[in-house]
Amino acid sequence: MKSKSTAAPFGLWMLLFTVVPLAMVLWFAFTDENGAFTLANLFAVKDFIPTFWKSIWMGAVSTFLCLVLAYPLAYSISRTSARAQTVMVMLVMLPMWMNFLLRTYAWMSLLEDKGLINQLLTAIGLQPVHMINTDGAVILGMVYNFLPYMVIPLYSVMIKIDNRLIEAAQDLGCSGAHIFRRVVLPLSKPGIVSGITMTFVPAVSTFVITKLLGGGKDMLIGDVIELLFMGSSKNYNVGAMLSLLLMVLMVVCMTAMRFVDNQEDEMEGLMV
Amino acid sequence: MKWLSRVYNGIIFLFLYLPIVVLVIFSFNDSKNRARWDGFTLDWYKDLFQNELILESLKVTLTVAVLAALVATVIGTAAAVGIHGMNQRLKRTFLFVNNIPMVSPEIVSGVALMLMFVFIYRATGLLRPGFATLLIAHITFCIPYVVLQVMPKLRQMNRHMYEAALDLGCSPVSAFVRVVMPEIMPGVVTGALMAFTISLDDFVISYFNSGSTAQTLSVTIYSMTKKPITPEINALSTLMFGAVLLLLLLVNLGQIRDGAQKAKSARR
Amino acid sequence: MEDIIKLQDIAVSFDGEPVLEGLNLNIKDGEFVTLLGPSGCGKTTTLRIIGGFVTPDRGDVFFHGRRINDIPPHKRALNTVFQRYALFPHLNVYENVAFGMRVQKKKKAEIDETVHRMLSLVNLKGFEKRAVSTLSGGQQQRVAIARALANNPGVLLLDEPLSALDLKLRKDMQVELKNIQKSLGITFVYVTHDQEEALSMSDTVVVMDGGRIQQIGSPQDIYNEPQNAFVADFIGESNILDGVMHEDYLVEFFGRKFKCLDSGFAPMEPVDVVIRPEDIDIVAPEKGNLVGTVTEVTFKGVHFETIVDFKGFKWLIQTTDYYAPDSVIGIVLNPEDIHIMKKSEYSGMFGDYSSYSEEFEELADPNAGLSEETAEEDDR
Repeated sequence: MKSKSTAAPFGLWMLLFTVVPLAMVLWFAFTDENGAFTLANLFAVKDFIPTFWKSIWMGAVSTFLCLVLAYPLAYSISRTSARAQTVMVMLVMLPMWMNFLLRTYAWMSLLEDKGLINQLLTAIGLQPVHMINTDGAVILGMVYNFLPYMVIPLYSVMIKIDNRLIEAAQDLGCSGAHIFRRVVLPLSKPGIVSGITMTFVPAVSTFVITKLLGGGKDMLIGDVIELLFMGSSKNYNVGAMLSLLLMVLMVVCMTAMRFVDNQEDEMEGLMV
Repeated sequence: MKWLSRVYNGIIFLFLYLPIVVLVIFSFNDSKNRARWDGFTLDWYKDLFQNELILESLKVTLTVAVLAALVATVIGTAAAVGIHGMNQRLKRTFLFVNNIPMVSPEIVSGVALMLMFVFIYRATGLLRPGFATLLIAHITFCIPYVVLQVMPKLRQMNRHMYEAALDLGCSPVSAFVRVVMPEIMPGVVTGALMAFTISLDDFVISYFNSGSTAQTLSVTIYSMTKKPITPEINALSTLMFGAVLLLLLLVNLGQIRDGAQKAKSARR
Repeated sequence: MEDIIKLQDIAVSFDGEPVLEGLNLNIKDGEFVTLLGPSGCGKTTTLRIIGGFVTPDRGDVFFHGRRINDIPPHKRALNTVFQRYALFPHLNVYENVAFGMRVQKKKKAEIDETVHRMLSLVNLKGFEKRAVSTLSGGQQQRVAIARALANNPGVLLLDEPLSALDLKLRKDMQVELKNIQKSLGITFVYVTHDQEEALSMSDTVVVMDGGRIQQIGSPQDIYNEPQNAFVADFIGESNILDGVMHEDYLVEFFGRKFKCLDSGFAPMEPVDVVIRPEDIDIVAPEKGNLVGTVTEVTFKGVHFETIVDFKGFKWLIQTTDYYAPDSVIGIVLNPEDIHIMKKSEYSGMFGDYSSYSEEFEELADPNAGLSEETAEEDDR
């Protein structure tokens, strides 16, 4: 089929509603409220550099935790029977079908000072722990919300690892740890890369989880952007500049990841 | 080793489902307290069906999801067919554009669209934030999923199949309908379903593009979390989760039965 | 007989890469014509031009004397059996065969009758309700043939139809296809890279390479009178030597003069001399025209393939007798064993068995597999 023209509506739509809006971000980022060119927004970013660092740090920590938690799960799913795989993958995806605000909200009732977990701790005679409105609670929220985004790409790469490869490695004298380091890990690298991208991007840019579980006192970059666009002291221009920098940061991170992975297949590695 | 991995998986699944269980249980709690059990009630379910705000946003959410999935499926499928017929360079460009919404942070996509709508509204007075902007935003982030689901089906298709239909006398359009459509249908359906669920679940992009007139459920819930939430919303979530669960079970049972039948006919 | 298809000065290139250059071909009604050549030679492209799937950059295509360049494939009275069959997986055997007639909105009774006739023609009676995915490769092949023939085409185009089948099945299908063609009396245009297939099935063989036709002729002509070193080497095995034509019927090579049956060359014109391995008689050294040393012997079932070194030039000789390596032998060449060709761009590229075994050459060449693949792509 040589019917390129059927992609025309798509091209037009994406131009109007993806490319032009990004150009808008650029335009707003380098103008003041009167539409005149300025670099003031770039200088205003200075105040938010610590916020950027904190976002990256929190995002990195939760991405790392997701990877560590998801890897054994994804591997054990990939080694079970076909039917068990279907069921377990379904179980991983199912929570995503419940509104994520509500799931996060439910964590509030678990983590509160008088919440369910502390009730349980007191009941078995332990000291209650202060958890809500801490960085730990925010990271827990991120790990909880983005864990499936790590499990699925890992799993979809791992099912392609032929059991015979592992047997061949055993045959050639590899111990368990060796097999992991020399066979399973290198072969699952594309999954690790796409899993990291899929969790890191939303984790760094989140603004809801901080609000609900962090109490809104310690802001991340997403919260600042939200505030500048939807809060009481609106400033679209600085907001646009921050969004632009966030986007640039993400592109840099992803390019770095792709460099690590040195895969060249059309960015499809980033998708599940 | 086996039991160790079982225990580990059990703990992870407990972690994933704990808040959901809490949410479901407390939808039957006879008090507004979200951490103390005060007895069983169905009051929140009753209240739910009288809460105008929630019902209205449910309506908006479902309407947007259905329309967005529909439009995205049509545009996305046509796009996949077009992109499939392109040369390498053009194909790369189109797939790159297709990936932009998928890899950029949601908040940036939301803000970018919002800025454009604000700009248009200031300049022309058109496209005031509301249902239309919400729908446009949803279609935009749904399209790439459809494209990515349909493309592999086209790639897997025997490239002579379409020509065989032409060869046997089909016009290009009828060859597409009779031969290509049935082949890529599974991809189209999956793409449509993905678009529907992603639209249903979206919060960030809706939040920046819905205005005050057309709020989706997520946006409504978000505005409610600023004060203590009423358990009605727990009740609604429980119902929606139940509906999804039922749907998935039906689909899966169907698939398992299909698979069994295929296995049987293959043996014959 | 009338020419049913005529290709006139056809040229095509893909992405700036020329695939066909000035191709002329006439196909007679009722003929079994085979386009034969290595992958990338342009044979499939030629077929696709006739089918209407490729539009030539230059030149004209005629069908029954009418120019059909601008007629789309679905309006051409030709049908194609595609590589790897291209059956419709969502339809059963019956519906696949009925597809073309359904498109033309034929009557149900007529469709029914034709489908059954076609299925019995290809020996698939009783398979009507089967899903195509449950059929073996050979059976799918038959469905593809039945489907193409059900439209009652004037010409059937076949694009490497047997390449996916195993050897035994391929031989059976060759015979069957030839019988179908004879009984229906329609023109077959057949594309293959298998020279044996081409020789055994065709009325006319068109040997192609590098986007050009190298030779057109009957299988016997092509085998016995190759026009250049490429054809001589591609069709069967050949020893090809440099020679000089002294006068009509007298050629010199290896410093000796031999009688031959060829004439029409300029005096002292350099030529290529072809000697088929099965035409060479081995005799005692003192009785031979030439004397050489056996270097290698391989048993091939019916015969031995013996490599013999003549003054550093290695020949392939097929014999029924065994000559041990290192034994010295003589050979006798009769005038009818020697075939003279004009020098061409292919001279010196083929016909020396110093590094025999093509497979080994391919294994040792790290790019062999790659170029094969890209050639496949070009051969669209």
